[in-house]
Amino acid sequence: MLSFILKRLAIAVPTLLILVVLSFVLMYAAPGGPFNSDRPLPPQVLANIEAKYGLDQPFWKQIVDYVTNVVFHFDFGPSFQYEDRTVNDVIAQGFPVTLTYGFWSFVLAVVVGVSLGVAAAIRQNSWLDYLAVGVSIGAQVLPNFVMAPILLLIFTLWLGWLPGGGWNGGQWQYLIMPVIALSTSYMASIARITRSSMLEVLNSNFIRTARAKGLPGGRVIRKHALKPAMLPVISYLGPAFVGMITGSVIIDIFFSTGGIGVYFVNSAFNRDYSVIMGITILVGALTILFNLAVDVIYAWIDPKIRY
Amino acid sequence: MPAYSSDAERLIEVGHLAEVQGRSLWADARTRFVRNKAAMAGLFLLFVVAAFALFGQFIAQYERDTIDFTLIGANMRQGVPSIETGHYFGTDASGRDLFARVVQGTQISLMVGIIGALVAVIVGTLYGAIAGYAGGRTDDIMMRIVDVLMSIPFMFVLILMLVIFGRSIFMLFLGIGLISWLDMARIARGQTLTIKNKEFVEVAHATGVAPFKIILKHIVPNLLGIVIVYATLLVPNMIIFESFISFLGLGVQEPNTSLGALISEGASNMAYGVLWQLYFPLIFFVLTIFAFFFVGDGLRDALDPKDR
Repeated sequence: MLSFILKRLAIAVPTLLILVVLSFVLMYAAPGGPFNSDRPLPPQVLANIEAKYGLDQPFWKQIVDYVTNVVFHFDFGPSFQYEDRTVNDVIAQGFPVTLTYGFWSFVLAVVVGVSLGVAAAIRQNSWLDYLAVGVSIGAQVLPNFVMAPILLLIFTLWLGWLPGGGWNGGQWQYLIMPVIALSTSYMASIARITRSSMLEVLNSNFIRTARAKGLPGGRVIRKHALKPAMLPVISYLGPAFVGMITGSVIIDIFFSTGGIGVYFVNSAFNRDYSVIMGITILVGALTILFNLAVDVIYAWIDPKIRY
Repeated sequence: MPAYSSDAERLIEVGHLAEVQGRSLWADARTRFVRNKAAMAGLFLLFVVAAFALFGQFIAQYERDTIDFTLIGANMRQGVPSIETGHYFGTDASGRDLFARVVQGTQISLMVGIIGALVAVIVGTLYGAIAGYAGGRTDDIMMRIVDVLMSIPFMFVLILMLVIFGRSIFMLFLGIGLISWLDMARIARGQTLTIKNKEFVEVAHATGVAPFKIILKHIVPNLLGIVIVYATLLVPNMIIFESFISFLGLGVQEPNTSLGALISEGASNMAYGVLWQLYFPLIFFVLTIFAFFFVGDGLRDALDPKDR
């Protein structure tokens, strides 16, 4: 197991480095520096500013400095647009918010998706099955940026039950709509995947054996069917994680939750390179770590994988 | 049941049966597809949406970028969708005809989806087929590259690119092209692994056909079924991807528009009671995605029945 994890890490580290170098090269190749504005600064001022941010250094020195700072000091440098703020400040402010509703969305998508899928598979061709399939097909066409306005329309404008945005320390009223909007389409996908893999497992020989030796239905599902049926779901968790972390940008914009996405998009409009890069790298690192965890769990559950 | 006098007669009888026209894989798939009600409904919907995108501009009474200054501010009362004024879908916040704009949005969304799928089909299939056919170390390295690219959150990198190189539809297409082929490469490689050990490939190899020609002439045509299925399922994902970026205002730029941008605009104005600005783009978006998913699912059932 340890060698498997090490082998995976051996891939994860270069991936992350590629991401850092790629985004740095993109930034370096950008036509016009971050301080070029409509009103050109006097050359001396520009040179001073660039010296302050280390932009006058040769390319290799810049990239080595950046990578060492990120890797060894977890320091993403100062924001290029706001003097009083570093990228770390931005992350410290936005990240806990994103993490909170992201966590709940993930839990909701997995728990509801899996239960719905399992229930539909056990009662195949019952009304419950049709309902689950219908809901998951319907929800597939409701990505977060479609779901968010619909929820807002219903629960804020028409019914007036929930506040239309804000965070307020993560009170439940402010949490509901972001979580639902973010998780719906993933919940649907998880339900579909669970249902079809559960159906396949339930028709396999070892389940028939378990039934034949007289195990009660619930025990068959819990002890024998659930684990192998979860494998496709687990391998879907990686893409789902990426999708949710990307979707958080929409949530932050739409519900003004103040998560990391707001800073990302605002920086995108302000050409605040260091903030964009910092967030991209942070998200990339999280994704790679998450995929690593998923791989390990998969290998641990699936008896067919030998490491 | 006729009584046969000998085995020979029976053999002749069987021979007659065998002369009955055999059905090809594609004919079989077509029957299965036509029988699938959801898929046919999806196909019909797709035709409707495509017709709307293609011919909508001839029905529209206004140009999509003509601003009716008398309507700005009076949108709530005078910009309401109606047949009489010619604004079938009402007007947007700047007094432009929403019908013409939804037509353009649908056009762009369809175009993005189809171009993304085309890139995926061409690049992904070739890449996967080459990796699978070459095997060994080449395969290892090529697929490892795909793994690495897949674990990068591409939306963020694309937004970074849009910021650096300017927001344009060309960059958007480039970004979509960059990611869309990854899945397809994996699928094509998996299929190639099973195809390359078949006899006809062996024969081609033994008679000295060049490897690249084997890939093009013998492997790629046999991948076609599965490639078509996944290309169809890829289209809605590409549309969602583009709409996502346009929703953030980073994609298609004014005066052009796309469904994502229109949904975003409608959503930001819905507190003013101009709900049609949200409804119409939303309906067309959902219909388009629905149609592609249904057609894709139907094609999968028809062409790849073992996968279910």
